[in-house]
Amino acid sequence: MLNSATFHVTTPTDREILVTRDFNAPIALVWDAMTKPELLNRWLFGPPGWAMTVCDDDARSGGKFRWAWRGPNAEDMAMHGVYREVIPPTHNSPTARLVRTESFEFGCTAQSGEQLVTLTLTERAGITSLRLTILSPSREARDATIASGMEYGIAAGYDRLEEILPTLA
Amino acid sequence: MVADKSPTLDRVFHALAHPARRAILRQLSSKEQNLSELSAPLRMSFPAASKHVRVLERAKLVRRRVVGRTHLCRIEGKPLADTSEWLETYRKVWEANFERLDGLLDELKQTHK
Repeated sequence: MLNSATFHVTTPTDREILVTRDFNAPIALVWDAMTKPELLNRWLFGPPGWAMTVCDDDARSGGKFRWAWRGPNAEDMAMHGVYREVIPPTHNSPTARLVRTESFEFGCTAQSGEQLVTLTLTERAGITSLRLTILSPSREARDATIASGMEYGIAAGYDRLEEILPTLA
Repeated sequence: MVADKSPTLDRVFHALAHPARRAILRQLSSKEQNLSELSAPLRMSFPAASKHVRVLERAKLVRRRVVGRTHLCRIEGKPLADTSEWLETYRKVWEANFERLDGLLDELKQTHK
């Protein structure tokens, strides 16, 4: 199955980014991969050439996390926050939910205030659907978060960047 | 490759190519700020900050309005936000992560059998 076909990034409101994606795995495994530090640090890398250098994660209600990455030119990027709500999947219920605050750090300059991230997972017939909503404090903050993708795009030398930027003209 | 003569492309690349200008964009991402507020944390002179803001204005990434003697600057996301392609590089970051996650999940499925 081509899971990439189920992958969508949209902006449902002025302050939100919505990411959806299906995974060909049971919910318990997807949950583990998203909440256990020793698994998180194997896939959550950011842009090409970046690697995760810190993954402290305490996915319990009230627990804190801090993630950091290092880029190809030794740039550092970090994010921290607090888990507000953590509902793991159970045998009876094929759904899971996680709410956490996220603040970017770039060196010691915060990027754009605190964003609120809600993750829901739902399993159906062995396929787990992910829904990730990133709620920014303002439209400007949301736009800056998306624009950071463009900044990384330049750093990573995405081929497509040159193709898409002229559409802004 | 087809020669690309998009002046907008050149201006956006040029504007984002300087760390001070990226820092200004990050500062403006939280709220509208005047030039003094912008220049202080960057340890930059007022004219230097103004010069960087001018480059960002030309790329349509920042808009400046003058109120009395104050120059208020705000990030201009709209021309970008209205273009769905704008999401593409952001999307790519997630796409690469999720493809790695697919591989990890396959591995976990094997060990949990």
